[in-house]
Parts: sequence; structure tokens; C-alpha cells
Amino acid sequence: MAKINVNVDGVGHEEEVEPRLLLVHFLRDRLGKVGTPVGCDTGNCGACTISMNGKSVKSCSVLAVQADGAHLVTVEGLASNGDRHPLQKAFHEEHGLQCGYCTPGMLMAALDLLKENPDPAEEDIRAGLEGNLCRCTGYVNIVRAVQRAAREMAGERP
Amino acid sequence: MTVTPTPAEVRQSEVGRARRRKEDARLVTGQTRWTDNIQAPGLLHIAFLRSPMAHARITRVDVSAAREMPGVVAAFSGADFGAEQGSLPCAWPVTEDIVIPDHPPMATETVRYVGEAVACVVATDRYRAADALEAIEIDYEPLPPVLDLEKALDADSPLVHDAGNRAYTWTLSNGDVEAAFRDAPVVISRTFRQQRLIPAAMEPRAVVVTPLGDEYTVHTSTQIPHILRFLLASVTGVPEHRLRVIAPDVGGGFGSKLQCTAEEVLCLLAAKRLGRPVKWTESRSEGNLTVHHGRDQLQRVQIAAEADGRLRGMKIDLLADMGAYLMLVTPGIPLLGAFMYNGVYKMAAYDFRCTGVFTTKMPTDAYRGAGRPEATFAIERLMDELAAEIGVDPVEVRRRNWITHGEFPYDTVAGLTYDSGDYEAATEKALQLFGYDKLRAEQKDRRDRGDTVQLGIGISTYTEMCGLAPSRVLGQLGNASGGWEQADVRVLPTGKVEVATGATPHGQGHVTAWSQIAADALGVPFEDVSVVYGDTAVVPRGWDTYGSRSLAIGGVAVHLACEKVKEKARRVAAHLMEIDPGDLEYAEGAFRVRGAPAEQGRSIQELAAAVFNAHDMPEGIEPRLDSSATFDPANFSFPHGTHLCAVEVDTETGFTKIRSYVAVDDVGTVVNPLIVDGQVHGGIAQGIGQALYEEAVHDAEGNLLTTTLADYLVPSAADLPAFVTGRTETPATSNPLGVKGVGEAGTIASTPAVVNGIVDALRHLGVRDVQMPCTPERVWRAIGGAS
Amino acid sequence: MIPARFDYAQPTSLPQAVSVLSDAGEDAKVLAGGQSLLPLLRMRLAYPSVLVDVGCVSELRGVRDEGDHLFVGAMTTQHDLVRDPLIREHCPLVSLTAATVADPAVRHRGTIGGSLAHADPAGDLPSVAVALDMVFVTRSPREERRIAAADFFLDYLESALETDEILVGLEIPKLGPGWTYHYEKFHRTAQAWAIVGAAVAVRRADGHIAEARIGLTNMAPVPVRASSVEAAVAGAAIDDDVLRRACATADEGTSPASDLHATPEYRRHLARVLTRRALATAARA
Repeated sequence: MAKINVNVDGVGHEEEVEPRLLLVHFLRDRLGKVGTPVGCDTGNCGACTISMNGKSVKSCSVLAVQADGAHLVTVEGLASNGDRHPLQKAFHEEHGLQCGYCTPGMLMAALDLLKENPDPAEEDIRAGLEGNLCRCTGYVNIVRAVQRAAREMAGERP
Repeated sequence: MTVTPTPAEVRQSEVGRARRRKEDARLVTGQTRWTDNIQAPGLLHIAFLRSPMAHARITRVDVSAAREMPGVVAAFSGADFGAEQGSLPCAWPVTEDIVIPDHPPMATETVRYVGEAVACVVATDRYRAADALEAIEIDYEPLPPVLDLEKALDADSPLVHDAGNRAYTWTLSNGDVEAAFRDAPVVISRTFRQQRLIPAAMEPRAVVVTPLGDEYTVHTSTQIPHILRFLLASVTGVPEHRLRVIAPDVGGGFGSKLQCTAEEVLCLLAAKRLGRPVKWTESRSEGNLTVHHGRDQLQRVQIAAEADGRLRGMKIDLLADMGAYLMLVTPGIPLLGAFMYNGVYKMAAYDFRCTGVFTTKMPTDAYRGAGRPEATFAIERLMDELAAEIGVDPVEVRRRNWITHGEFPYDTVAGLTYDSGDYEAATEKALQLFGYDKLRAEQKDRRDRGDTVQLGIGISTYTEMCGLAPSRVLGQLGNASGGWEQADVRVLPTGKVEVATGATPHGQGHVTAWSQIAADALGVPFEDVSVVYGDTAVVPRGWDTYGSRSLAIGGVAVHLACEKVKEKARRVAAHLMEIDPGDLEYAEGAFRVRGAPAEQGRSIQELAAAVFNAHDMPEGIEPRLDSSATFDPANFSFPHGTHLCAVEVDTETGFTKIRSYVAVDDVGTVVNPLIVDGQVHGGIAQGIGQALYEEAVHDAEGNLLTTTLADYLVPSAADLPAFVTGRTETPATSNPLGVKGVGEAGTIASTPAVVNGIVDALRHLGVRDVQMPCTPERVWRAIGGAS
Repeated sequence: MIPARFDYAQPTSLPQAVSVLSDAGEDAKVLAGGQSLLPLLRMRLAYPSVLVDVGCVSELRGVRDEGDHLFVGAMTTQHDLVRDPLIREHCPLVSLTAATVADPAVRHRGTIGGSLAHADPAGDLPSVAVALDMVFVTRSPREERRIAAADFFLDYLESALETDEILVGLEIPKLGPGWTYHYEKFHRTAQAWAIVGAAVAVRRADGHIAEARIGLTNMAPVPVRASSVEAAVAGAAIDDDVLRRACATADEGTSPASDLHATPEYRRHLARVLTRRALATAARA
């Protein structure tokens, strides 16, 4: 067992973990942060994407021990002071989700994308989301939602 | 109690509005109810050992070492469950002489596909359960795999089951087919392969069974909690009234969660034996192996036509891969296509034959479209080939054959009555949105220049039968299920409305759409309606969600239940107002004397309050406005539309890029255009997946090679263009809302549009067909790239 | 799926890492970014006894200008390879190839050292390593080694690293002015592995190709140089027909595999097409 310290959505945790424990299982099973789901075994689907020290990572492809000392943000920590993040609002406005299983990962990947490129063209958005699979939406409204959030975050009318 | 009349407001109709979904707020903040989220005191985790052999006799299973592993509470082999595990059900025996093999949830003597459960471990956490699987000892005596659909029917083929590899042969014929083909000026014959697909819903399956005395609550990632309840009862012997099935948030289904699975049965049995809650969560690779697969048909199809392209008749001879067993509706899937090979066209003669074949692979069953994509693909590919054969534009050959707007209702050669449609209008609109003529000009230019990248235009003018119902027809087809749907509308004391629907959503947006329907019917605010679903204790009856049936059946039931609420409320209002019920009219959420100002009426909220305290009720009226309704239509509904796809094919590499895609769909009355567009978008993406990317591939021993999403390629945002959607609106006549259903339309239409586009791009190079998925290598070989 | 049990060590210096790895025996495995290793562990395709996490070893980090080459620490992520100003200036082929690896979240964790040490011929960076003649700097209890790229990749998923040897970093030669670059990756979907890839560096002179370096992805159990094309294009005009002829031998000496996505014959064809396209794009950049 190894002792780790992590901050998840603003709350500090000190926990003993088995080295093999996946970060996503640590979040879900140990901390009850079930907003982040698991969709595959190989890092392809992106459903489990979270932010680790400010960068998107697939939490199924990180060991909990590797997150020692890290600052993690999950979809549950995306809103601030009760206000939904522009991306969360935009996914709702543009109907960018159906079943919602890929949505936490999409939101966190899109957050990273807009941090790297606040004014992305459609093809930038599509390329930036290549590691996040959705089976419901055909991505059309997800792309629109990211565009809308980008406008709002730039201070424009969405 | 004093009652204040609600001022009447002129309200906008909810039906037709692009309401943002009520479902979203919690889903975008991670406040979800996936089955795997469930924790319970004493929760145990189950893991399954799965057969690594496609076909083998089990000679020994020893779980004793696994039982000694840390954290392990129990381990079971199939024999341990014995007769208690029953046989997984097949509810659609399509013929009298169909072979329905025994299907134990856990194999006991013989395994018949890679992935079949052979033993399980129950442990205190999922990690320990996974570890203990490796301690199970099991010996197999290999048997020859049966993998090829055609060879499986050879007399000397190894047998999957003793009764033979032919499950059934089903036929449908109308008109004189031989005459239609005799001396026909044009006959087009093709063999198409509908490859095996993996549904790959984003949420892997999960089950949690919680025992309480002799009562069991089953949370499961299913499309069909209601159907599953009685299926679990009949398989396990746990009485139906001691079972509660809950489908919480379900992360997509596409037909794959329309099933009574081995894991659901085995989790129930394990929880029953151990008296503790048991959870199973599948991994993606486990799911690729063992969630039922889709499609997998070999289609030999022929059309006969006049010299001008007018169709005379059609012959269809199918082999359908059932896989190793017949699951819930496995044998019926090809039959859902049997009535659709004629598509939107008129012809005099039709001959359909389908043989279901056993192989040593995962069983097939419903996958988005289920039978209809296969049929639509065949006829739409043939119409393009016919156009090329007689040298006319593929749009024109369709015009010469389709049922015109004035001809509805139309009795088709396959025996259906299409109630409504306007193929001309949908096609015209699609051509304009697409810029058809301009793209044809560019295509010609690229051909003339011998450009490396050739442009192709694919057309698909489809219709489909959906709104799976009517019960009477399902019965005639041998399907054991009913087709009605039920809704309860409860008016709460404060006048808020709770709709309980038997149609169980898994991402479609029922809560929003049903709120719109109820708000319109009752004249209450959209916000005042909530919708409950997916729990047999809360909504005891229903036939659930599949076959694009929810709106056309379940949504209509909501509407009808609201009408019943109003009829009860009318009698209460008339009593309170001391007036004849017939003199009242209902408008803007209140009953009032015909022509009188709304303020003088009684609002539904007031009537709810009056009924709640029941101080002054009319004779013979119970103190509740709540009403239930079921709807069982007389006919299917028939969405239709025209999809156009422009592809760019790199002739050097064979790579296909979709450049633009236009879909004009007619789904009848639109309740929520946002949701309709979303369904179309997602459907198109899945249809493109079949055309270009997806295929379940097995090796010569029957091992699935595409067990991960690194191998089974599902398109990402970067692989697809933005789809352009448009609509025409020809109301269905089979229900009072005029709605048709939209869940499967995109998938049904898009696959042939893409493949037609690829063949169109390369026809001048001698290409007449490309097998799906149209991988770069297959396209390159079709062009003749191989030496 | 769930990894089997393993022990875990997290050394904080290179000497410590080397000694931990050495003590752990031959079933130990080095964990860098984990983007290839973790899926293998989850699928239980690998059962290491000990994982030596080198994430805290400072000697494996950083990018330094060392004169005629850059030193790139093994733990430099693919994301950093795309963005690092020194790499972008002196070794742009590395940056633009790294940008095609997997997806952004994977690139945030995946490292150059991990990608190369994994020695997957379908990986994108190995072909760049051979094209640029990177030098692999390693450390074991016995010695520090400098291994030429041509000697590093031995077979499918097999490198010259001994079981107790750690890849410290890469010396990536600066090719100097006049060179242009392209990586032509061919895959079925955006996040799929390359069916074939061609990593190309071209030096132009007088409107001709003076010199070229070509590495091929997934054309053999190891990344390979298209040497005969390099010879054929030296001095060639930047002309499609000329390049087409020169690239006719791009698959010479390769032994591509057959798998789900392509046959060897098709891979050989792609190698010719992609090499030509990469050369043309680089030469016209």
C-alpha cells in the first residue's frame, strides 16, 4: 500500500492505496466521485477524462499513486459558486448530449482544448476531441456547444 | 379554501418547440445514476471467467482454489447453478419448426462462442474478484468451430447444436416473381455482405442485485426493465411480484440492451444464494465479446426492371448469422427487414426467403435499425446499379419508381400499408440543400482531369416501418411481445403533473418530449410536468424503448391519458360550477363556460386541489384526476426521407472522406426539433460507422480480434463532417399526434448513401461494389490497385 | 479491466532508479507516462513484479541545447515535444510527428522515452528516431551507454535496453538550416494507430532535393529507413513524376505485417505513396 495526497475538486484527501489502483477507480469507488465514468480498457473512449494539474488526462490510464500530490478537477468541480461553466451551459443549449455517458469526458477535453486555443475553428475542435468517443450525437451539436462556450468565454454573446 | 382563478394566458404550443432538455442539468454536472455508481453496505462484486474457445466440451471445472483467494466469498461453475439457472429466453419463434437450443446462462457441458461464461467469482471488491478468476482451473476438449455462414449449411459441416445448423427458413411471397423476371429487359443481381457489428454503447453494461428477504431489486443497464422483470421471473423462478427492476441512467443502448442477459440472471442467482447485494460491471473488452452483436447477413438480391428502369419485381435470399444461440429476438431481426426490401418503390412481385444459421459466435440480435438497415441498403444499392445500367441519373430512376404523394395510403408488394409520405418533397428539398447539380459538375470536372481524388454522390431514399407495435401484427409474426404502451398521468394536489411512462429512455429525451406533450394536452406549464420511468415499482407496466416506438406509441399514450384527466376534471368542474359538463370548454388550462372569460373558469390546479380535499365531489367520482391510458396503434408508422452524401475518394490510397452530408427526413409531426435533429445526427454517424469503419472480425479459430476500441473503430468527431438536416412534415395517420418516430432513421438511411457515394466516385474506373466496411484497402483493391 | 498485483517503487534520482530497477529483477518494468503500459496491465497482457515509476527522476526531464544536438529527457511528454521552443526550432520533425500521436489527453501523459522504449513499430516516434539518427542515452548499474537508433530497435516490442537499464534521454541531432520536414500518417480513424507512416526530412539546394532522410512506420517489426529512396532522391528535381519513380523502392527491405487493417501488399503500396507525398510536402514547405 502507498499513501497518497490528492486534491479533488478543491477537497484534500490522504489515502492508502494499492499501487495497481486506477485513478478512476480511486475517484469512483474510494471517494464516491462517480461523476467520472469508465468506458473502455485502452484509453480510447475518453469518458474518464479529468484535469490533472491543469491538463486533461484519461483517469483510467493513470495509477492513483501517480496522482500523488496532484490537483484534480472532475466534471463535478467544473461549476464554480453554483454557476455552471460556460461549457456545461453550452452543451445544454446546443443539445450536445443524449445519454450523457461521454459528457463528463467531453467537457473536460473541451476545457483543455479551449485553454490551448480559445478561438478554435471547427476542425480544431474536431481534432481536439479525437480522443473522446460519443455514440449518440454524431458530434454535430458537441462541436456547436464548444463553439458557443468559446464565444461566451471570450465575453461575446453566445 | 379560497381559490383564485388563474389568469388565462395565451400560450404557445409546446409541441414543435426546440425545448432544451430537462435531463441535461444533472448530466452535465456529473450528477448521474449509472448502475455502476451504486454502492451498498456489504456489496459484493462478481467477475466471470469466459471461454477462450469458440467451440469445446468442458471436461473439468475446479473453482476450489479461487474460493481460497483473499476476499473471495464464493465461486460457482455452471454445474453449481444446475437447473436453477434455466435457459435464456427467445421470445420470437418465427416458424413452427424453428430450432431453439437450450441456452444456459453459464455453460455446463459445451461452450459455443468465445466469451461464454463458464464460471464466476464473488468477492469483496472488483480487484480481488478479477484476481481470483485466474485461480479457476478449467479443461476443454476442443471441437471444430463453425464460422462461415454458407459452409455451416453444408452437409459435412460440424454442428453447433445436435439439431443442425439451420435454425429456420422463413418466406414471404407476393405476385408472380418468375413472370416478373422472365424476359425482363434488365436484371440486376448482387450479393451484399452485412458485416457483423458491435453496438458499443458508451456505458458498458452493469447489474446490481439487492436482496431483501425474498424480494430482489435489480438495477441494470437495460432498455427493457418491464420486459426483463417477467423474463427474469420465468427464467429463475423468482416470482414476478418479488422482483423489482430498475433501469437508472442508461448510457445508450441502440438495441444492445434489449436483452435478458446471462449476467443479469447469474447476478440474481448469486445474490439469492449469498443473501448479499452483488454488482457486476463489464469491461469494454468483455462487452465487445458478449454484448449481442448486430447485422451479419449475406444478402443475395435481384431486381427485374423494364428498359426505362421501372421495377417489375424483386427476389431476396438471405442467410442470417444467428450466432451460437437464439437470444431474445435473434431470429426475428431479419424479418423486420423482410417487409422493407421494396423500399419506397412500386413493383408487382416479391419473393423473400431467409434462413437463420447457427455459428460458434456471439449471438446476434437487435442493433439500431434491426433488419431495416440491411433491407434499405440492398434496395438502395440496387437502385444505383439500375440507374447506371440504364444510363440515367440515380435520382431519376427513383422518381420513376417511387410511390407518389397522391397514391397514399399505399398497399406495398410486401404486404404493408404505407399510410402517408411525400418522397417528392423530401427529395427536392434535399437536392437543394445539397447543391446536387453543382456537385455533379465538380464530379465531372474531376473525372475529366483524372484527379487523384474523385468525388462521388450517394443517394438514399428510404422509408422504414417503425413504432414497434401493433400487438396484433406482432402476434401474427410469432413475436411473443405486445406492442402497446402505457402512461399514467397523475395530477398532484398542487396542480403539478407527474407522468409515468412505460417507455424507458436511455438518452433519447423522453422527459422533455413527454413534458411538452402533457403541457399541451393539459394546458399547464412545461416546467410543471415531471416524468418518471424505468422502475417497475413506480411504473409497473410498459413495453419499453426500442424500434423507434417511444414517441409513436408511448408519447401518444401520454396524450391519451391527459385527455382522460380532462374528462374527469370536466365533471368535477361542472359539479363545482353547477353547470352541465357539455357546456364547458377547456382552454389554457381551465374549464370555462363556452365563450366566457377564462377568469370565471376553474383551472386544472384548482380542480386538483378540490379533488384532493374532496369536500364537494360529484356523485360517483373518485377523488383523483389521475388517469391511465394505453395506446396500441392499428399500423406501424413510416418515416421516410432522402439522404445525400458527397464523398472524396483518394484513388491512390483508397481512403474515403465524407465531404458533405444532407439528410431531409419526414418523421411526421415534430414534438421537439432539437431532439429530432440529435437523433438523426447520431443515427447517421452509426450508419457511417457501418459503411466505413466498423466490423467484428474473428480469426480462423473463432477468436474475436476486435475486442477493444483500438481495434473496433468507432468514428470520432475528427472523422466526420457536420451533417446538414432538413425536414418535411407529413403527419402519420395511425396516431392522433401524427408522429412517426426517429430513433433509427439516420442509421437506416446513411449506410447505403455512403457506399453509393463511394461506388459513384469510382464507377468510371470499373468499380461496381465495395464490401463493407469500405476500408481504404478494400477500396484500393476495388479500383484494381492490387497487382 | 483490472491490473494484476505488482509492487511499486518511486525513485527520486537516477542512481536510485537504476539500483531499484536492478534489485527488482528481470520481471520489473519501468513506468514512464503509462499510456501504453497501463492498457497492457489492465488487459493482463503484462504481469510485472515491480513497477519502477520514473516520474520523479529529475535527470529524465528537460530539454537542453548541447551544441550539435538537443538532449531531450526521456520523460518529456508528447505534449511538450509539440510545444517546446527548442525542439520546434531545431528538430521540428519531432514536434509535428508528436502532434499526430493518439489524442491530446494521451499526449499529456505519454513520453518520448516511453514511446521509444516500448518499441512498437506502429508508434510514430520510432520512425522519426531512425530518420534523424537519434542517440539513445541509457544508464544501467554497469555503464552509461549511447545507442544509435539503428541499433536500438531489435524486434517487435523489443529494444536494446537490458532489463536493468533505463532510457535517460535522447540526443537528437540538429540537421541545421535548409532542412524541411513532414510526417505523413495514414490511419483509418483519427485516433487509430498508423497503418503506415513516413517521416521525412529533406535538404533543398538549388531547387532540388540535395539530401533526404526517410523513416517508415509499421513497415517491419522495427522502424526502418527507406535507404534506397534516400539514395534515389539525392539530387532529384522536386517533381511528382521524378519523386514517383524514386519512391518505387520505398518498400525495399521491409517486411510489413498482416493485421486487421491491412495486408502486407497494401502496406508496401502505401509506403511508396506516402513516402512520395511526404517528400513532396516537405520539399515544397
